[in-house]
Amino acid sequence: MNAPAYNFAYLDEQTKRMIRRAILKAIAIPGYQVPFASREMPMPYGWGTGGVQVTAAILGLDDVLKVIDQGSDDTTNAISIRKFFAKTAGVATTTSTHDATVIQTRHRIPEAELNANQVLVYQVPIPEPLRFLEPRETETRRMHALAEYGLMHVKLYEDIARFGHIATAYAYPVKVNARYVMDPSPTPKFDNPKMDNCAALQLFGAGREKRIYAIPPYTQVVSLDFEDHPFEPYRFNAPCALCGAENSYLDEIVTDDKGGRMFVCSDTDYCEGRQAAGHHGSLSAAPYKEKAGSHG
Amino acid sequence: MTTIAELPPGFADKVLSAQSTFRSVMDAMARPGSVQRIVPMAGAPAAMMRGAAAIALTLFDHDTPLWLDARMAESAELVKWLKFHTGAPVVQDTSIASFALISDGAALPPLERFALGTNEYPDRSTTLILQVDRLDSGRSFELRGPGIDGVATLQGSIKPFDLFERLRFNEALFPRGIDLVLVADDAVVAIPRTTRVASKGS
Repeated sequence: MNAPAYNFAYLDEQTKRMIRRAILKAIAIPGYQVPFASREMPMPYGWGTGGVQVTAAILGLDDVLKVIDQGSDDTTNAISIRKFFAKTAGVATTTSTHDATVIQTRHRIPEAELNANQVLVYQVPIPEPLRFLEPRETETRRMHALAEYGLMHVKLYEDIARFGHIATAYAYPVKVNARYVMDPSPTPKFDNPKMDNCAALQLFGAGREKRIYAIPPYTQVVSLDFEDHPFEPYRFNAPCALCGAENSYLDEIVTDDKGGRMFVCSDTDYCEGRQAAGHHGSLSAAPYKEKAGSHG
Repeated sequence: MTTIAELPPGFADKVLSAQSTFRSVMDAMARPGSVQRIVPMAGAPAAMMRGAAAIALTLFDHDTPLWLDARMAESAELVKWLKFHTGAPVVQDTSIASFALISDGAALPPLERFALGTNEYPDRSTTLILQVDRLDSGRSFELRGPGIDGVATLQGSIKPFDLFERLRFNEALFPRGIDLVLVADDAVVAIPRTTRVASKGS
C-alpha cells in the first residue's frame, strides 16, 4: 500500500479506549466535565478537534454521519469534517437530519426533532461556563463540587441591571438534571429548549480544553433565569426569505451596501426540505417561476 | 501451565468489534434499564461471560487498574487472558480500581470500598461489571432518572438480592458514586449513579 494507512476513524485504539471511558463517565454524571487526554488532530484547535475526537470514538461502519457548522451542511468546516470521516472511516454521509445516526455540530441544534437512534456531538471551544467569571480552574472545580453557582446568577443579574434584560444571547448557561451548571457550547439561546428532555444522546467535546461532557436522553435541562426575568428564546421577528418558516432560527445576511438585508434559516437542511415541500419565502427563486407560470 | 497459544482468542477484528461493543455499552449507559446486546466476537475464559469478556477487551488497558473477585482471581487462565489481551494491572485494593469484575454477586464487597470519586473529580470512580444469571426474566424493578422517559422496567435474576438497596447510597453521594454494568451472557444493562431503582410492587 502506498497511501499512508490510518486506523479506522483516524484515532488509534488506545486513544479511543480512553475517550470511550470518558464518555461513559460523562453520561453517568450529566453535565460534569470529564478531563480527557485530548490528542493533536490534523486540523487546528478551534476547528472542532473535540467533537471530531468524540465522533471518531463512537463512529461505526453502520453509522450515517451529518456535520453542520452554524446549521449549514455546506460551509468549509462542515464539509472538511464530513470528508475527513468519509475518507478515514468510509462511513456514509448525509445532509439530511432525519437520515443521520451521528450528527456533529458547531453552534446549532437542528430544527427537526431528534430521535432515540441519534447521537448529537457538539464542538465546544470553552467548556467551563464559569471561566469568564473565575479564571482559576482550581476555583471553578471547587464551585462545581459545591454546586456554588451564585456567581453565574450575579452575572445574569448584572445584565439586567445594565441592559434591562439578560443580554446573553448564545452559550446561555443551563442547569443539567438539577445539579451541574453547563455551557451548551456557543449555540444561540434559541436552541436551549431543544436540549431539555431530548430523545437523542448529546455529547460535548472540547479539544483544546480537554473536556468531554454529556446530556443523557430524557434529561432535564433548564436555562438559568429569574422569576421576574424568565428565560426567553430569541429570534429575529421575520419569516425566512427562502422558505417562509416562522419558527426557525434565522441568519441575517447583508445583501448590499445600502442597508439591504435578508433573513434565512440557519438550518440549511430544514430550509431546503421546506422549499422542496412547496413552502416559499419572499425572496426564493423557485416561486418566481411558478408565479410567472400562474400569471401567464 | 497454560501457554499464550492455548488462551482463548481476543476480538477477531479489534477495531470494529471494540466499536460495536462500546456502542452497546454506551447505549446501555445512556438508557438505563434497556437491555443491549453485545455481538460476541471474542473468545472468553471459562469463568467469564462472553459479554463481560468483550467489555474487558473494549475498555481495559494499562491505564485501568482492575479488581477481580475471588472466583475470578483464582482462575489462572482468566488472569492470564486479561493480562495478555488488555494489559490491565490487577490490583488487590478495591479503592483504586477503575473497573471491578465480579462473577459471584453473593460475595460482592461493601460498595463503599470501591473508588467513589471525589466531589471535584467524581469521574474517578470504579465501574462495577457484575455477571448475573438473567436479564430477561425474574424479579421486576422500576427505574427512574436521566436517560429514562418516565419509568423503565427491568426484569432480572440478580445477585446479591439486595443489590439495588445497597446501590441507593448513590443518591446521597451524588455526584460521587458507583456506576454498575450488569452482564448476562451477551445481554448488558447499565445502572449509572443517577438511576433510582425500586422493586416493582413494593
